[in-house]
Amino acid sequence: MAVINKNEILVKEKLSESVTLTTSKDIDIPILIDRVQKNSDGSTLIVTKETLVPSEHYIVKDGIKTIDIQPSIFSVLFTIIIGAILINNFVFTKYLGLCVFFGVSQKKGTAIGMGITFTIVGVISGFLSWIVNNFALVPFQLAFLQIIVFIGIVAALVQAAESIIRKINPILYKNFGIYLVLITTNCIILAIPLLNASYHYGLFEALSFSMGAAIGFALALYLMSCAREKIDLAPIPPILKGLPISFILAGLFALAFLGFSGLKFM
Amino acid sequence: MKETKYNYSNILLRGLIEENPVFRLALSLCPAVAVTTSVKNGLLLGVAVFFVQVLSNLSGSALKAVINPKVRVPVFVLIIAVWVSVMDMVLAAYFPAVYAEIGLYVKLIVAFAIILSRMELFASKNPVLPSTTDGIGMGLGFMLAMVLTGAFRELLGSGSIFGITIIPTSPLLLAVLPAGGFFAIGLIMMLFNYIDVKRGKKLSGGGSHGGH
Repeated sequence: MAVINKNEILVKEKLSESVTLTTSKDIDIPILIDRVQKNSDGSTLIVTKETLVPSEHYIVKDGIKTIDIQPSIFSVLFTIIIGAILINNFVFTKYLGLCVFFGVSQKKGTAIGMGITFTIVGVISGFLSWIVNNFALVPFQLAFLQIIVFIGIVAALVQAAESIIRKINPILYKNFGIYLVLITTNCIILAIPLLNASYHYGLFEALSFSMGAAIGFALALYLMSCAREKIDLAPIPPILKGLPISFILAGLFALAFLGFSGLKFM
Repeated sequence: MKETKYNYSNILLRGLIEENPVFRLALSLCPAVAVTTSVKNGLLLGVAVFFVQVLSNLSGSALKAVINPKVRVPVFVLIIAVWVSVMDMVLAAYFPAVYAEIGLYVKLIVAFAIILSRMELFASKNPVLPSTTDGIGMGLGFMLAMVLTGAFRELLGSGSIFGITIIPTSPLLLAVLPAGGFFAIGLIMMLFNYIDVKRGKKLSGGGSHGGH
């Protein structure tokens, strides 16, 4: 239907010079158009002064004619994943999951183990909660039960995963079982379905968001464990040892992650 | 049922200072960093946690006779979830402006370790009245931590407390940025440790055992 390339939109229809372009979010604010070029094959090329984003939903209006330019699905998913990992990192900009974050970031090994376990459980629970929310809670107008249902799903999933892994693969259980129990007390695992529901995400968007959030947590955990292994050997005042210095370290990481806030994808 | 004398003032004070949920036990850190950009936000979440803690302790302790010990933790989680849903709806109805900012964290009170750990450690073993007192103590301790951090950050970041300007400029904008929350908690924890050292107490094993 339409192709977006940096600051051009190619529409396969004949449009006049007085065409307006807006995003679906702010339909009152027109995007400045540089020129409108009519091609010989009946299509129209709109060149804008601003840079366009493929993950944005645009609307082209020409008199009474309205053309929806749907965002490309891959760039939307990619934006959601990168957004959840870096720009809105759950630990450093949303401050979620801190208890587990400070608890298991002492050693690199445990950080990696927790990161992997968390990513898998996060995606599965995000998926299950999305299904329950969209097929049971929303149609029957039970959205006020979201908190109770989501925590139930997470707890049941963790319990089930624990028993299944213990039965099927005892070695895996020995390595990752302890992290499974900790996951129930991690607020990110509950925040994922709640945010999915409040953003009204579709299935693939919800899956990407869950994955991005969980990977973001794993990344934060790994970075922090690297720094804490170093700080253990550093001469620091005794009153700062342990948690206080870890908090200040996390603050420095948060400052660094602030740098991602301007990130945009073409 | 064994007869034990409960020292209510001790139970109450323990939560405030000695076992302060945030600064001492390092539990429920997420909201302490997240919503303390102003005293008002901190106080409101503090109040929400206070009520959830007291009501959960109360109902957990009252129902402990009928709960099978095997499924105790899941049942406790459900009790907390019910009270959190209630608080969530009350706050959304009466404080919509503040709720828009801290809404997510109100919902996440369910996952706060402090509430479940108090139910498991205290309310499941003690009668209703001491359990409620323990809930009040821990709730107040959490509220104190939130207000303290909120005041510290709001004063430094926007030069005001409760929205009333005290310093005309904003001395340190960093304090209200995401990173500032981590710094503030780290520094206040350091202050608690410093007071301990001054009072001649030993530091507890470096405090590196982050709770969850």
